[in-house]
Amino acid sequence: MAAGTVTNPGPKVNRIGLPVIEYRGSKTTLCAGCGHNAISERIIDALYEMGVQPERVMKLSGIGCSSKSPAYFLSRAHSFNSVHGRMPSVATGALLANKTMMGLGVSGDGDTASIGIGQFVHLMRRNLPLIYIIEDNGVYGLTKGQFSATADIGSKLKTGVVNDLPAIDTCSLAIQLGATFVGRSFSGDKKQLLTMLKAAMAHKGTVMLDVISPCVTFNDHEGSTRSYKYMQDHEEPIGEVGFVPSFEEIDVEYEAGSSFDVEMHDGSRLRLKKLPENYDPTDRAVAVKTLMEAHEKNEILTGVFYIDTQKPAFTDLLNLVDEPLALLPQERTRPGKQVLDEVMAKLK
Amino acid sequence: MATTNAGAPSAPAPARERSGDPIAQGEPAAIPAPPKPVVNDFSIQVATVNGSGSQSANSVLLRSIFAMGVPVSGKNLFPSNIAGLPTWYTIRASKHGYVARKKEIDVLIAMNPETAREDILSLRPGSAAIYEENMNLKQYRDDVVCYPVPFDKLTAAVCPEAKLRKLVKNMIYVGVAAQLLGMDMKAVEDSLRKQFAKKQKAADLNWAAVEAGFNYAAQTLTKQDPFVLERMHATEGKIIIDGNAACALGAMFAGVTLVTWYPITPSSSVVEQLIDFLKKYRVEPDGKASFAVVQAEDELAAIGMVLGAGWAGARSMTATSGPGISLMAEFAGLGYFAELPGVIFDIQRVGPSTGLPTRTAQADLLSVAFLSHGDTKHPILLPASVKECFEFAGAAFDLAEQMQTPVFVLSDLDLGMNNWMSEPFEYPEKPLNRGKVLTAEELKKAGEWGRYKDVDGDGIPYRTLPGTDHPKAAYFTRGSGHNEKAQYSERPEDYQNLMERLARKFETARTLVPAPVVVQAGKSKVGIIAYGTSDFAVLESRDQLKKEFGVEADYLRIRAYPFAKEVREFVASHERVYVVEQNRDAQMLSLLKLDLAAGETTKLRSVRHFNGLPIDARSVTDEIVMQEGI
Repeated sequence: MAAGTVTNPGPKVNRIGLPVIEYRGSKTTLCAGCGHNAISERIIDALYEMGVQPERVMKLSGIGCSSKSPAYFLSRAHSFNSVHGRMPSVATGALLANKTMMGLGVSGDGDTASIGIGQFVHLMRRNLPLIYIIEDNGVYGLTKGQFSATADIGSKLKTGVVNDLPAIDTCSLAIQLGATFVGRSFSGDKKQLLTMLKAAMAHKGTVMLDVISPCVTFNDHEGSTRSYKYMQDHEEPIGEVGFVPSFEEIDVEYEAGSSFDVEMHDGSRLRLKKLPENYDPTDRAVAVKTLMEAHEKNEILTGVFYIDTQKPAFTDLLNLVDEPLALLPQERTRPGKQVLDEVMAKLK
Repeated sequence: MATTNAGAPSAPAPARERSGDPIAQGEPAAIPAPPKPVVNDFSIQVATVNGSGSQSANSVLLRSIFAMGVPVSGKNLFPSNIAGLPTWYTIRASKHGYVARKKEIDVLIAMNPETAREDILSLRPGSAAIYEENMNLKQYRDDVVCYPVPFDKLTAAVCPEAKLRKLVKNMIYVGVAAQLLGMDMKAVEDSLRKQFAKKQKAADLNWAAVEAGFNYAAQTLTKQDPFVLERMHATEGKIIIDGNAACALGAMFAGVTLVTWYPITPSSSVVEQLIDFLKKYRVEPDGKASFAVVQAEDELAAIGMVLGAGWAGARSMTATSGPGISLMAEFAGLGYFAELPGVIFDIQRVGPSTGLPTRTAQADLLSVAFLSHGDTKHPILLPASVKECFEFAGAAFDLAEQMQTPVFVLSDLDLGMNNWMSEPFEYPEKPLNRGKVLTAEELKKAGEWGRYKDVDGDGIPYRTLPGTDHPKAAYFTRGSGHNEKAQYSERPEDYQNLMERLARKFETARTLVPAPVVVQAGKSKVGIIAYGTSDFAVLESRDQLKKEFGVEADYLRIRAYPFAKEVREFVASHERVYVVEQNRDAQMLSLLKLDLAAGETTKLRSVRHFNGLPIDARSVTDEIVMQEGI
């Protein structure tokens, strides 16, 4: 954690000298007990512990309860609450304009898997360096509790309505489409979620985290498969997620066998322990198969399912100049008069 | 739309020369003795089959006339199809410099058996027709000069390779036309070799075909029609370019850094040509690109990327056409309300819905002006030439960042996809205007700031870019209600203040957009208002009105929305104002009505053209003459 030595009894600070309060946002207006608030807290902790400079982050979201949450953390970062289901395109434009920023996108299950599924799949394909978090509660909250497309078949609304369509598994989809860091967590699992968020911040490429986040008002009852109770009974971590950031000393202790140790882009290490036998998190087919099998068994698998640190990020693919496109001076964006003269001469 | 004609001016009564219906009427006349030559003032129509490779041949014809110094314009009337359907290319040579479509065809080159009968029947008596001899078109018209040519035989003689014959055949008609019309063969050869600059063998083969056609005509055909070309010096120093390439160049010289698109006719070639320019001129010495191009999954994503990039401080654009504009509606409202810069090129085609995707119109005006729900309106630039495509592309990026709002450039298929003569474009000497952006230094000095506060009284607030290294730089951008500090707000006074400031900002735009071009004839009571590609027809129509009917009309060409003050002044100083446009619903007239004082709106009369073909002067003249009651 905070590496700096603090002499005064002032507030505790992180490695860049900021107290955790500098990572907070406005007071939440979501329901008390909403899973989304817990996720905001973990995001704050992760940013603080990673020592991220707040001004270097862009927060992006769509529409819905989830998409309000960027207001509740990191007020010192620019934020863009866009239109329903279209955060991926806004994030793509913003990150291409300034690839030196960290992109933190927050979406919901309705925002992602229904209205936004088109942009979601193309975001995954491009491997844009963006952390894409789905705050997944299986219902539309702001419109008072209709099913979303991630709701499990057979799950029940408070009103007794039963969902008769299969759920879209955003993790399988993201893996198939080309996201390079894919995992699922639970808003109630502080340690796992925090570790995954920190690892996500060290990854260069699209991180897709589906975080089950119970809706206390519309989907926390008997018959729901997104309730706190259901998660307690059905969450199955695929293993233990460990993370050693680049600025911390790496311990030499390393369990072979069911562990998987991945060096990330910035030299951090992601350590996946106690994985099932023969589980290889760099193998897409195995990851998708494992997810499907767990689903058959009514288990909600959590953890990091898939990672690829080799595939080029979209910003690398485009071979952009090092500086942000947004900040290039006119000398580098408007060709000289001789260029226009040359073009005109050819048209004569 | 026509109001009753109160007090039509008593003009001198000149002879009425109405050509009217293009289908020949009345008694078929025998071909008279070679008539008086018509020099540098006629139209050629080449009727071919889509995908037959006639484009190169047509381009050689156009460029040869241009190389002879004769003002020329070309229009491609093509189907929404890859290959096999009829397509027509019309070329107009005009010593007067008229570049609007000419309704009447003077010289027909009929290469498509499917349409040949209809094509020749549409000619006026005294016109000429070149065609494959076995089609025997003479049977349909004895009042048209017929030039049958054994195309297949001539082609086979110069092109041993059978599979190339379909393409080479087109060059035979270039040779025949060159001989009959008296083209300068040096100009033809230069144009052809330029066309095939990188392919010496193809150039030689095609040139042989041109010569074969020329020789056949010289030896076998007797010139009986009056249409001839003679060298002029009216095109010296000029360039030929299509409007989409001009938009692309304008964007590059405006320093665009993010280009997003979803392919759609007729806008695709804006981005395709821009990609070529950027790859050539915007890759830095280390091989890295100072730009990004993304082919998006749809137009919603294309505009989303543009606005995301604009928010983050990049100059961003997309190009689309009507259906894409419809898809962009929600984001356009976000751009207006959250105040995000971005440039959208709309190369208009015929709607509604899929409409006629390869035909031209000016029918997106109203939907673009108010694109999205709620009280939304957008600045629109309306180029009427390739030069303005270049200049307004640059102006649009400045305006978008100055105004912090999406700016639309409305071109159309006619302007965008056809080749036009132009003076060479001038290098933009004015530095880029990046608008009101606060840096970390400025924030330190200012202390407090509010993202949506009207500090200067022009309705335009200050913004900061993500990444600005100051703890107070950040703000929350949202499409929901917000106060001056960008905080969420549903308070009635916050909403009203915000909407009123946005209206003030729009008023400011009136002074920033390109002013209209006014051509005063004198103290005429009659005015004409037009915009975009209707300009060419109006310029010619004014001459017709004056020459044939003694009507001298003043003319104002609108170049942007919101309207500059000159528009109101122009309407105020005329008794009757004809608004000429290429749509059914008189969209510009409607937009003017919203802007003018109540007493002024009754002066407006409508001249509309909406059959998918570019508007022509004669249609404008006929309609004005009718409404004037002359």
